[in-house]
Amino acid sequence: MSAYFGSAVELGIQFRNRTRRVVDVVSQLWAHHDRVEPSVKSYISTLKDASLEKATALDVQFDQGNDLPLLAGIPMAIKDNIHVLGTPTTCASQILKGFMPPFNATVSDRLLGQQAIVTGKTNLDEFAMGSSTENSSFHTSLNPWDTSRVPGGSSGGSAAAVASGQVVLSLGSDTGGSIRQPAAFCGVVGFKPTYGRVSRYGLVAFASSLDQIGPFTRTVEDAALVMESISGGDLHDATSSFMPVPAYYSQLKPRISGLKIGVPRELFGSEIDPGVKAKVVEALDLLKANGATWEEIDMTSLKAAVSTYYIIAPAEASANLSRFDGVRYGYRDQDADNLRDMFRKSRGTGFGPEVKRRIIIGTHVLSSGYYDAYYTKAQKLRSLIVADFAAAFQKYDVIMTPTTPSTAFSVSGYRDNPLAMYLADIATIPVNMAGLPAISVPCGLDNGLPVGLQIIGPAFSEQLILDVAAGYQGVFNFPTLMQSPMMRGN
Amino acid sequence: MAFETVIGIEVHAQLKTNTKLFCGCSVQFGDRANANVCPVCLGMPGALPVLNRRAVEFAIMAGIALDCDIRPVSVFSRKNYFYPDLPKGYQISQFDQPICLGGHIDIVVDGVPKRIGITRIHMEEDAGKLVHQGSDTIAGATHSHVDLNRACTPLIEIVSEPDIRTAQEAKLYVEALRQRLVYLGVCDGNMEEGSLRADINISIRPVGSATFGTRTEVKNVNSFRSIERAVHSEVARQTQLITAGERVVQQTRQYDDATQSTRPLRDKEESHDYRYFPEPDLYPLVLKPELIQGIRETLPELPEAKAARYRDAGLSDFEIDVVLTEPTTSRYLDETIAAGAVPKEAAKWIVGELNSALKDLKLSFSESQLTPAGLAQLLGLIQSGKLSGKMAKEVLAECVRTGKSPDAVVAASGATQMSDTSELTAIIDRILDANLDVVEKVKGGKTNSADFLIGQVMKETRGRAKPDLVRPLILDCISRR
Repeated sequence: MSAYFGSAVELGIQFRNRTRRVVDVVSQLWAHHDRVEPSVKSYISTLKDASLEKATALDVQFDQGNDLPLLAGIPMAIKDNIHVLGTPTTCASQILKGFMPPFNATVSDRLLGQQAIVTGKTNLDEFAMGSSTENSSFHTSLNPWDTSRVPGGSSGGSAAAVASGQVVLSLGSDTGGSIRQPAAFCGVVGFKPTYGRVSRYGLVAFASSLDQIGPFTRTVEDAALVMESISGGDLHDATSSFMPVPAYYSQLKPRISGLKIGVPRELFGSEIDPGVKAKVVEALDLLKANGATWEEIDMTSLKAAVSTYYIIAPAEASANLSRFDGVRYGYRDQDADNLRDMFRKSRGTGFGPEVKRRIIIGTHVLSSGYYDAYYTKAQKLRSLIVADFAAAFQKYDVIMTPTTPSTAFSVSGYRDNPLAMYLADIATIPVNMAGLPAISVPCGLDNGLPVGLQIIGPAFSEQLILDVAAGYQGVFNFPTLMQSPMMRGN
Repeated sequence: MAFETVIGIEVHAQLKTNTKLFCGCSVQFGDRANANVCPVCLGMPGALPVLNRRAVEFAIMAGIALDCDIRPVSVFSRKNYFYPDLPKGYQISQFDQPICLGGHIDIVVDGVPKRIGITRIHMEEDAGKLVHQGSDTIAGATHSHVDLNRACTPLIEIVSEPDIRTAQEAKLYVEALRQRLVYLGVCDGNMEEGSLRADINISIRPVGSATFGTRTEVKNVNSFRSIERAVHSEVARQTQLITAGERVVQQTRQYDDATQSTRPLRDKEESHDYRYFPEPDLYPLVLKPELIQGIRETLPELPEAKAARYRDAGLSDFEIDVVLTEPTTSRYLDETIAAGAVPKEAAKWIVGELNSALKDLKLSFSESQLTPAGLAQLLGLIQSGKLSGKMAKEVLAECVRTGKSPDAVVAASGATQMSDTSELTAIIDRILDANLDVVEKVKGGKTNSADFLIGQVMKETRGRAKPDLVRPLILDCISRR
């Protein structure tokens, strides 16, 4: 029997009516893993034995007809910057190599409470800084659609694991597009929740005011299911929201008719590849044909989003990464002569070049004499972006954009031009700046590579954008239309 | 040239919460190294701070008690620097938007009241502690141990205006501040354990000058005595420099109590750029007016109000000072008064007998086995004439030692004062019969000889006879013979 490439929702039904056994699914996925992983390299560490043991135990429970949570037995991978007790958290960095977290992230707690099966920890750009996984200090993950190309980043391993058929779903983190951009590149669903909707406790912080954890899935229903499980207030995260969590999955209602869609001109011009734009226009017109309306709107502040982001995110990162000093855990240089030398050498050796670049940028923009020119100004621009979205939502139900300006780029394509790679996040960054929820859904292929459609809603409108995404999935069946070659047995 | 000293003081007070500022770890002093730590105060990756509500309430209480403006919105920031005792590589502290602004405290300098302005109060977390091996400083050490029990302990920093002019004022200011915080119950005020630490900013200027001189900040001042000494030594040092035509360098200096002098710790040029920015893990602290009002209404009575109340009740300045030294003492007095004692009498016994009895046993007033109600009972026995002052002292000593109530002690010994004249008269007659020669002397006009008879009566009654009754009774009996 070949590996299972369907959704978590359908798999759960088959577990319950016993047409599939958990242990079969898990072992078939590991067999598939052995075939595809060498060319995708999505994992940093795997939990094969533990996952098979857990699967066997769950089958006993299913056999007894026990009422198990909907995610019970669903194989999922977790980005390696989110703590799972008993497995190392590396953040793809040499400075944390071998670090064992002393606690579960809240999302891990909640998913393990749902009896999901964790298959391993996935690759990322070091400390989630990057758009390709090329900044991982271990290896670069590759795109299941074309292994000469990157899967996107920073959550590239999580996206590639789902797109290559190795797991049914996975978790990533999104600071400037790190879930949505790889989801678009790999042709899967990627969901970035409203800031505060999902607890950040146990996520190794990159930029605290922007980071959110969210799922990669094959279907919108699965995204709703995971969101329902991981959302909600957490006493360990003071920025988490205690607003009630709707039953996203059971209340999911596909919605297109009457929908008013705004498309920001700033993200629909020459900065977007024509092939990508064409697919997004197709998607918008398909929605229009089903009763929605769409038009282009002006959101001028979005032009400044990327530069604003590259002040605020590095500023926060420069402080967040100060704790990696070699004193209590992680890498410590053994040859240092004194304290200062120990800090300098441990960090100098432990961090990779992109992380160091961002720490230096962040340190600079917070420095006395530069703070107002950079950080203060960036905060003002951030408020303008928030205001622009608020104004747009007065008129439109949702905002839609291409998730990325291009399809997946070649490995090493931006090796000597980090600034050009920063622009890969031009459409996703504004959403983090405004703390809004957004989903990326596959909307077709351009030269054989997936294109993503980004759907953005007002704060805490998770249900709305899931409904709209489900509506789109209803008229463009991407889960079956857009399976990567690796899930087609190639 | 005559110089004037200008002093501003930053007091760090540890808030008396059970748990740390951003996690649930205990703040117990003196535990085994790294016994009270968790992922949050260890600065583990992925851990996040959650603000301790009690600490905020304590900071508000301190602000109200110092007549500050409690800000409806205040902001925590990150103060960035690397040091092994700082687990996150930044300290979470309030910076440009502290919880309290403006305020003052009044001190009395040689009988003259003086108001010292408070610039601000902000909240912050403490750092851990390094224990260097092979040297007192990190520079000479072979290695250093890091103890993070103290890391993340809640502090408030109270910053004064540069209103202080002398070493005495500096000491009085910190004393007044300490007393107030201790009375509020927000800080235990223990300077030796570091619960209260003062950094003293000192400069001098020619008398009459309107501009400030270059200041130095003196750290490591951990007793009231060393406050005065540190100021004296630093003022002397600065005066000597300026008189010799040299300049004071702006720097942080360490006070050494052994040599009673200060030595440089770091110059301003070496000072860090802390790169403060708002802490993104904590939203701005928004305080509702109802919360502040609620705390204002339930604030404990402050020392000044207590002093006024005691003065009205007739206590002497000395008694007031002693009673107010520790809140447990004044609480004891208040409870004794509430149990029905006359304030003045209660104070006299608390300041005198009870105080010294407890000191002998090395107990505080809160640990006294004689309860305030017990003391009130004892005072009642004196007032009703059942006990003499001397007897009461013995009863008190036994109560403090054994925890028995005065009534129980008296009942057990049968030792109440005899004020029944018929009972006393019988005893006196017996003694007169046995000492007829003395009776004759008294009759002959030698009334001093009556003292011998009084002594005999007291001896016979084992001191229970009420002394001011005995003499007239003896004279009366003799005159009737």
